[in-house]
Amino acid sequence: MNQKFSVIGKPLPKVDAASRVTGQAVYADDMLLPRTLHCRILRSPHPHARIVSIDTSAAKRIPGVQAVITGADLPVKFGILPVTQDERALEHEKVRYVGDPIAAVAATEEEIAAAACDAIAVEYEVLEPVMSIGAALATPKDERIQDYGGPNNIHKLVALEFGDVDGGFARADHVREDVFFFQGNTHLPMEQHSAIATYVDGKVTLWSSTQVVHYVHRALAKVLELPMNRIRVIGAAHGGGFGGKTDPFAHEIIVAKLAMITGRPVKCTLTREEVFYAHRGRHPVLMWVRTGVTKDGRITAMHFKSALDGGAYGSYGVASTFYTGALQTVTYDIPAYRFEGCRVFTNKPPCGPKRGHGTPQPRFAIELHLEKIAHDLGIDPVEFKRRNFVKPMTRTVNWLRVTSCGLEECTERVMTASGYLKRERRPGRGMGFAISSYLSGAGTAIYWNDMPHSEVQIKVDRGGVTVYCGAMDIGQGSDSVLAAVVAEELGLQPKDIRLVTADTDTTPIDLGSYSSRVTFMAGNAALEAARKMRALLVEAVEASGRRFEEVTFEEASVLAEARFGTLTCAGSYTPPKIAGPYKGSGVGPSPAYSYSACVVDLDADRRTGLLHINKVWIAHDVGRAINPLLVEGQVEGSVYMGLGEALMEEQTFRKGLHKWPSMLEYKSPTFLDMPEVATFIVETNDPEGPYGAKEAGQGPLLPVIPAVSAAVFDALGVWIDEVPITPEKVVEALRRKDKGELPRYGPQGFPGIPYPPTIKVEPPPKDLDRAAPAAI
Amino acid sequence: MRESPADYARLDLRSEVERPVDRQVISLDVNGERRELLLPVHKTLLEVLREDMQLTGTKHGCELGECGTCTVLIDSKPELSCLVLPIQVEGRAITTIEGLAGGSQLHPLQQAFAELGAAQCGYCSPGILLASKSLLETNPQPSRDEIREALAGNLCRCTGYTKILEAVELAAGRML
Repeated sequence: MNQKFSVIGKPLPKVDAASRVTGQAVYADDMLLPRTLHCRILRSPHPHARIVSIDTSAAKRIPGVQAVITGADLPVKFGILPVTQDERALEHEKVRYVGDPIAAVAATEEEIAAAACDAIAVEYEVLEPVMSIGAALATPKDERIQDYGGPNNIHKLVALEFGDVDGGFARADHVREDVFFFQGNTHLPMEQHSAIATYVDGKVTLWSSTQVVHYVHRALAKVLELPMNRIRVIGAAHGGGFGGKTDPFAHEIIVAKLAMITGRPVKCTLTREEVFYAHRGRHPVLMWVRTGVTKDGRITAMHFKSALDGGAYGSYGVASTFYTGALQTVTYDIPAYRFEGCRVFTNKPPCGPKRGHGTPQPRFAIELHLEKIAHDLGIDPVEFKRRNFVKPMTRTVNWLRVTSCGLEECTERVMTASGYLKRERRPGRGMGFAISSYLSGAGTAIYWNDMPHSEVQIKVDRGGVTVYCGAMDIGQGSDSVLAAVVAEELGLQPKDIRLVTADTDTTPIDLGSYSSRVTFMAGNAALEAARKMRALLVEAVEASGRRFEEVTFEEASVLAEARFGTLTCAGSYTPPKIAGPYKGSGVGPSPAYSYSACVVDLDADRRTGLLHINKVWIAHDVGRAINPLLVEGQVEGSVYMGLGEALMEEQTFRKGLHKWPSMLEYKSPTFLDMPEVATFIVETNDPEGPYGAKEAGQGPLLPVIPAVSAAVFDALGVWIDEVPITPEKVVEALRRKDKGELPRYGPQGFPGIPYPPTIKVEPPPKDLDRAAPAAI
Repeated sequence: MRESPADYARLDLRSEVERPVDRQVISLDVNGERRELLLPVHKTLLEVLREDMQLTGTKHGCELGECGTCTVLIDSKPELSCLVLPIQVEGRAITTIEGLAGGSQLHPLQQAFAELGAAQCGYCSPGILLASKSLLETNPQPSRDEIREALAGNLCRCTGYTKILEAVELAAGRML
């Protein structure tokens, strides 16, 4: 495909850039409708307790209080995954983490609502909290956190084997085992979650800072027990998500219920402390990995085990568990692979998806583990990894279909630019290299159905073009991608296109901004709709005896409207059915995978353990950059967030309380901490992506974290097998090295987990995709 | 944390919430417009701008003075509006993001931020734009390190800061 583009590939400003820099974009908390009531939520002070009684009578007597509700008013359970409907908007039987919502107040002023929350008397029977993976695997002292899953506080167990793993280890010349730990961290969006609801003419309307209007719509319908056609969910201007606004949240349901009760608009904006407890962020994951290799550096088999600390509820956790094991085979050619995964419940805020969802943790483990194997073999780590790179147009042993793959080119770009192989070798200075891969959208929907994952309508009337799509722009620029695709096809510029997005009443479905799916899926839907519209315009112009290129767009649209009547076209995108024939195969397949390679250069201070990142080089195979400016922005933002996770960010608890639920104490990189980033966009022109595009929002985060740890080894000769790589861990590893102990900081072992019998899956036949090409 | 109904028997809640709130007429000069407002004295400038004056371009990220999101200019100097009481700034010139553009003409900083993709979700942008404006007034040709230093109190989670630095440099060049 060597066609000339007029919009695609151009570094154009975002279509909404002006509203974002002038303060005119209306975020959920900026809305104040006439007669709005303010809502505050009473939350549990205990990590684990039974609720004996709730007395709201004093709160109700406070002047200005319009309504007080408890779990008895919202008893229906919900949850993002159909298999884990374990949450209530308000709990009235049991609380499972500090911050679990118990009651909510709507009042004329926020201060009155807060005072009324203080006036609600709750009697608890305090239970022993379960605060670690180890404690969750043991017999509970009082009772289990949830009444499903098990044994003990285990939520989910999985054991899968692909190909002949024992045979692979048997023919290996060298086998190595390692253990790693990735501490949990949180999204820290600049905007606190906010939602405002109205109830007019028997219909609920909710504006929210959500990444997924459709899933909020479904949860509201279920819990409010209203048909979906009586609920409208609109995505307000979005102040940052990173996965943290991808679940339906209690406050969204609560304001809708309070609006139904009071007949007035009700708004709830979480405080920053509440945002830390709302969480749904990165799971803490303990990992064990064993790999066999031949002496010339080819992987023969891998066995990977993960244990995820899930927090108190299911959230996306079942998917997160599978993701810790699914994508290992998408970067390296692993001929035989066994994965055993486990997620446990603990009395902490629930974990869920954060940028990279379940894959940064194993990526950290795998990259460092292979780095160590390369050292064992005496092969350069980059060369060793290269020998095992997956190839384009292949199927992995666990049936994942790889189409375009720019791993080699990405590696070449960062190797050349960073001078990695010719780097200066001196103590305290180091470089590290790592690669990664990520989905361009999950190949299966969250709830089972055969419908499209994204739908787009285009309306043309008298020269104007409006695009309607459920996609939610969370700042990454999905609106700009829709406008670029339609403008390209219709011979216009993005600024000529009007957009209506993320409104369940007026836009056709899109599943939302998660799993890096929007460019690929909404982009393809928009492409189909736009090409149909172009065909109508061309036909009408040619019927008038002229050529499309000779007339203005206005003329073409007038001719077409006269000829065909109302001009609307629709397009939709359904991912190909490429999942393997086994239970659990729904997590991992994607219509295409992005690839990244990264080099980190740092100085490490032996005395203090402080790391100073000098520079990061990153190359990202985006398929095609629909807008290179936005791709660079996603890559740079991913590098930033990866550095934060590598160096400082951690969500940890003491006695059930978050250790640092504030933006000052939860360390995140500032302007002063951020190094120079050299970004290289690699285009592999994916056969199924819109114009060949894949994804950019998540993949580039993944290699940064292991590259930092590899650079620490390069600089100081110590392995930090745990994230974040804080100064005290570096100093402790150096102390051990100086004493002649293992020069390492990290977990000491992996617990015994009662995995179920392994499900053995035959690898896919070699000619699978040649026999039945999936819509390429 | 109060936990049992018995605790509440000892509390006179009615007096707690019905205690008269001290209010005062305060005159504020925001974006060149003077407004007189009757305000509870404990309300922060951030709350007054957003709730009483509908200037919702000023955002909040923590309301504890930690993230820089609510930055406004007071007599051309960046201040955290969540830590300022209106009574402290009576008679002084307050500039919010709504006062940065000249009518519908974007300020060079806004133009550069838009062109270079320095605003992704845009939530931190008002505060960073105002802090940048103040920087360029005192130092029209800042080095990259001087920009980092001036903006170190403003967090951004989307951009990785790189495009913001480039945009401030572009605007500085155009404003010379």
